[in-house]
Amino acid sequence: MRYLPLTKDDRAAMLARIGARDVDALFRDVPKSAEAPLESFDLPDARGELEVERAFSALAKRNVAAGDVPSFCGAGAYRHHVPAAVDHLIQRSEFLTSYTPYQPEISQGTLQYLFEFQTQVALLTGMDVANASLYDGSTATAEAVLMAFRLTKRPKAIFSGGIHPHYAATTETIANLHGKVVRAPVAPGRVADLTSMIDEQTACVIVQTPDVFGLIRDLRPIAEAAHAKGALLIAVVTEIVSLGLIMPPGEQGADIVAAEGQSIGNGLSFGGPYLGLFATREKFVRQMPGRLVGETVDADGRRGYVLTLSTREQHIRRDKATSNICTNSGLCALAFTIHLSLLGEGGLAKLAAANHARAARLAQMLTAVKGVELVTPQFFNEFTLRLPRPAAAVVETLAARGLLAGVPASRLMPANPDVRDFLIVAATETNTDEDCAAFAKALGEVLS
Amino acid sequence: MNMNVKTPPQAAPLPTISGDRGLDHEEPLIFELGRPGKTGVDLPDVEVSDARLGGLRRRGSIGLPSLSEPEVVRHYVRLSRMNYAIDAGLYPLGSCTMKHNPRLNEKMARLPGFADLHPLAPQSAAQGALTLMNELARWLMKLAGMPAVTLAPKAGAHGELCGILSIRAAVEASGQKRTRVLIPESAHGTNPATAAFAGFTVDEIKATPDGRVDLESLKGKLGPDVAALMLTNPNTCGLFERDIVEIARLVHEAGAYFYCDGANFNAIAGRVRPGDLGVDAMHINLHKTFSTPHGGGGPGAGPVVLSARLAPFAPLPLMVLEHGKIRLIEDVSEAPAGAKPFGRMCAFHGQMGMFVRALAYMLSHGRDGIRQASEDAVLNANYVLASLNDVLHAPFEGPCMHEALFDEKTLHENGVTTLDFAKAMIDEGYHPMTMYFPLVVHGAMLIEPTESESKESLDRFIAVLRTMALDAAAGRKERFEGAPRLAPRRRLDEVAASRKPVLRWKPAPARAAE
Amino acid sequence: MSETRYTEQHEWVRVEGDEGTIGITRYATEQLGDVVFVELPDVGKTIAKGGQGAVVESVKAASEVYAPVGGTVTAVNETLNGDPATVNAAPEEAGWFFKLKIADKGELASLMTEAKYQDYVKGL
Repeated sequence: MRYLPLTKDDRAAMLARIGARDVDALFRDVPKSAEAPLESFDLPDARGELEVERAFSALAKRNVAAGDVPSFCGAGAYRHHVPAAVDHLIQRSEFLTSYTPYQPEISQGTLQYLFEFQTQVALLTGMDVANASLYDGSTATAEAVLMAFRLTKRPKAIFSGGIHPHYAATTETIANLHGKVVRAPVAPGRVADLTSMIDEQTACVIVQTPDVFGLIRDLRPIAEAAHAKGALLIAVVTEIVSLGLIMPPGEQGADIVAAEGQSIGNGLSFGGPYLGLFATREKFVRQMPGRLVGETVDADGRRGYVLTLSTREQHIRRDKATSNICTNSGLCALAFTIHLSLLGEGGLAKLAAANHARAARLAQMLTAVKGVELVTPQFFNEFTLRLPRPAAAVVETLAARGLLAGVPASRLMPANPDVRDFLIVAATETNTDEDCAAFAKALGEVLS
Repeated sequence: MNMNVKTPPQAAPLPTISGDRGLDHEEPLIFELGRPGKTGVDLPDVEVSDARLGGLRRRGSIGLPSLSEPEVVRHYVRLSRMNYAIDAGLYPLGSCTMKHNPRLNEKMARLPGFADLHPLAPQSAAQGALTLMNELARWLMKLAGMPAVTLAPKAGAHGELCGILSIRAAVEASGQKRTRVLIPESAHGTNPATAAFAGFTVDEIKATPDGRVDLESLKGKLGPDVAALMLTNPNTCGLFERDIVEIARLVHEAGAYFYCDGANFNAIAGRVRPGDLGVDAMHINLHKTFSTPHGGGGPGAGPVVLSARLAPFAPLPLMVLEHGKIRLIEDVSEAPAGAKPFGRMCAFHGQMGMFVRALAYMLSHGRDGIRQASEDAVLNANYVLASLNDVLHAPFEGPCMHEALFDEKTLHENGVTTLDFAKAMIDEGYHPMTMYFPLVVHGAMLIEPTESESKESLDRFIAVLRTMALDAAAGRKERFEGAPRLAPRRRLDEVAASRKPVLRWKPAPARAAE
Repeated sequence: MSETRYTEQHEWVRVEGDEGTIGITRYATEQLGDVVFVELPDVGKTIAKGGQGAVVESVKAASEVYAPVGGTVTAVNETLNGDPATVNAAPEEAGWFFKLKIADKGELASLMTEAKYQDYVKGL
C-alpha cells in the first residue's frame, strides 16, 4: 500500500522488540466479541491512484460546474476569480500539513499570517478587532448571538426578515439553548420595522446586509434603536466583497460583525469549507469566541506572535468555555488573506465596482423581459426578481438549457408561499456580457 | 543503535548584517511591505453610479496594503518556512493524528465538478456531488457499524455538539427529564465544554490506576437523571477501554445514551466497529482518521454516526433516495415522515472539500488498507513505548493503542520539566509531542507516531529521545534550559501577550499615540 | 480591629465591621502563575456564600473566585483592570479583588483562621 512505509520484515522486527507474538497481541484489550474480521466489512479493497482518479472524475462530470455554463447563483456563496498564486501558496507543505500553532517557536508562519488576517478583517469591517476565523458565516452568526447574550445578560435575539434562512436556523439551533431567538417577518426588498420589537429583554438585533434578497440595508437607524434600549447590533455580511464599495458595518454602529469570507480566496466547493469572519469592538474582546493571535516578543526580544487569551477556550476552561468552537478555518483564512493582499486597497475597490456594475447592467436587461420586476431597489452584486410564475420551475427549465439562473427563494423558504415567484440572482466579475445576454434571452423565451 | 546526535552549538552564531541567517529569513508584516500604487491583480477601471447604492457608498480608504504578485508570493513563501509540517518531519502530536496527507486527495478536491460547484445549484445539476456524499456516508456507516450518519458538522467539537444535541432531542421526545452527562476525568476538554454548552451538568467519573474508567464510579453516578456517558475510546491515555461492552450495557440499562468521542478511531478503524460495542453516537474527525490536511488549524470535518434510536433526530440537511436520484432535504417543512431533525449545524451541506479528500483516502486504502493503517499505527506506538520505557516513565502498562503515554517522573527529579523536554525536541528537528494532556497524568507526554512513519524514521527519533532522556536523568540540563535555540523564534512571552493584548497591526502614528 | 479568614479554595476575607475584603492567597497565585486578567463583579451585585465573585486568569488557566461569605458588592479593585500583576506582587494587600457588605457574619464561623490555613496548605 503506497501510503504505508513498514515492510513485512519491519513489522516482524518491531514485534520482536515489543515482545509481542503478532499484531493481534497488541489488540488484546479489545473484547473478542467486538473484533470484526476483514471480510465482515462490505467494502472494496485498496486501489491505485489511477483507478481512484477515474472514479472521482466520473462523479465530478455528473455535476454542472459554475465555470462551465453561465451561472448566476449566490445566496450566501459567490463565484469570484481567484488568482493562481493563491492556490499555489496554500498548497505549500508548511501551510497545508501543519497543526494548530500551539508551538509558536516553529509556527511563526501561521501565526503571522493570522495576525495579518485579523488586521485585514478589522479594517474591512470597520471594527477594532477580529479573531482568527470561525467555521463559516452561519456559525459565526450563532456565536455572535451567544456573545451578545453573555455581554448583555439578556435572553432575546431578534433576526431581521432578510437574514439567510440557513443562518437563522443554525443560530436558533444553538442560541435557543441559552436564550430565545425570534424572527421578524420576511418582506423581500422591503425594510420591515424592527424597532418596535426591541425591548428591555433584547440582547441583540441581527441584520444582514446586503440581505438574502440582495438588498443593501442602512444599519444606522437600527443601531440607534438597539443602543437606545441597551441592545447590541450584530451585522451579518455574506458577500464580503461588498465592503469594497459599501460603507462598513463598523461605521454604521454595529457592535459585532459576523461574516462569510468565502468570496475572497475560496471556491464554491458545494458549500464548504468556508470561512467565518468575526469582528467586534475592543471593549468586548475578552468575550469574543474563537482563536486569537497576539503580538509579543521572544526570549531574545525579537517580535513574534502567539495564540493568546486562550483561557476562554474549551481545552482549558472545559465546562466554563465561552463557546464550543475548537478549530478555526486556518487554510481558508490563508487563502483569504493572500487574495486580499494581491487585491490590495485599489484592487478590492475595482473588484467591488466591477461586481456592482455587472449586476446593475444585468438587472436592467432582465427587467426588460415582460412580466419581470426588480424587487430590490438598492443592491450590490445580487438582486431579487419577481417572475410572473413560480421561480423554481423556471430555474429547472433554464438549467436543462445549460444556464444556472440563480436561486429561487422557495429553495431557502419552501414553507413560505409568498416568496414562490422570487428569483435571487447574483452577478460577479466572472459573468461575461455574453452570459448576461444569454440569460436575458433565455428568460424571455421561457416566460413567453 | 545509531547515536548520530549532534550536541548543540556552544555559542550563538555571529549576528549577520541583514538579520537573516542563511535560509532563515526575517519577514516584516505585509502592512509594512505595501506601497500605494502597486497591485497584484489587473482589473478594469469601472465607473459606478450611486443610483442603486442607497446612499451607503464607502467613504475614505480601507487601509489595506498594496503589493505586486512577486512581492506577495515571496512574503508567504518566507512565512511558510517558519512553520514545522508533517511533510517535513515526524509530528508526534498525541491525540492529533498528524499522518501523511496524500496529494491525490488535494487533486481530486480541485476537480471543477466539486471545487466550482455552487451549493444551491439545482440538485439535478449536482447529482455527482450528492452521490459522493452518499458514498462517503456508506463508508462511514460500514466502518462504524451504525445505521445512520450526518455529514453536516464542520469539525470534531462541532460533531460532538451535534451528537449531544441529537441525544438531547431524543431525551426531550421521550418526555423524560435527564440533565446530567457523565464524563471521565481524562476526557478531552471539548467533552465537558460541549455537554455544558448543550445545557447539561457535567459529572466526572474516576479513573482506575490502570488508566481506564472505574466501573464502580460509573455505577455510582448512573441514575434516572443521566442523559449520556461521553467516553473516548481508545481513551486519551492511548488505552482501549477493556470493559466497554459492560459500560455500554450499564449506560443503556440506566436509560441513557452512549456517546463515543471518535477522536481516536484511527487506532481501530477496520478492526472494531463502534456499533458492535453499543455506541449510540460518535463523531469521526475526517482530518484525523481519514487524513484531510490540518491546514494550520482547520478546516476539519466531523460527521456523526448514529444508532437507530438517535437516527430520527439527525440535523438538516437529510439525504433521501427518490426515483433513482438523491434528494437533499434542506428545510424542516420537507422532512420525511418519522424524521424529527433537531435543527441545523451550519449553512449548506457540510465540508464538501473534506468529503472528497476523505473518500479519496478511503478508496485508495480500501478496507484492507484501512485495517493495515490502524494496525501499523498501533504497532508504531508500541514500538516507541517499548523502546523508551526504560528511560522515560510510562504510567500505564502496555500494550497501548495508537499513542504512547509517558510522564515527567524521571525528568523532574532533576529539574527538567515536560515543557523543557518538549522544547528541546524542537532543536533536534522534531515537533514536540502533546504535553500536559491527559490531565490525569503529571507532566504528560503523549506520542502518536501514526502509521506514516517508517521504521528508519522511528529508530532515529527513538535514538534522539533516549539521549535526551538520559541527559535529563543525569542532570545534564544544558540542552533543556531556554530551549529552543535553533528555531525561528525562542520561547515567546505569552504573559505579556495576554496582559496587554495587541491583536492587530496599526500604522506607526496610531501606535505612538497609545 | 480586622480579622482575616481563609477558604479551602484559597480565598481570603478580611473583615472590618460589616465589610469584608476578598482576594486570593499567595499559595493560590503561586499555583496560577502570572495573572494576566481579572474579571470583577458589578458593584451592587448580591453573591451568596460560595457563589462566583470573580474570575482570575493566567496564561494556562482560568479560575473562579468564590465569595467566602455572602453579601452585596460595595467596591471592586479597579487597579487590577490596568495592572493584573498586582495580584502576584501583593496578593493579600494591594491585590484584593472586591469588597462585600456581609449579609450574615455567622457564615464566618466555617472558615479557617490563618494558622489553620497554613497547616492546611502544608498538607497539600
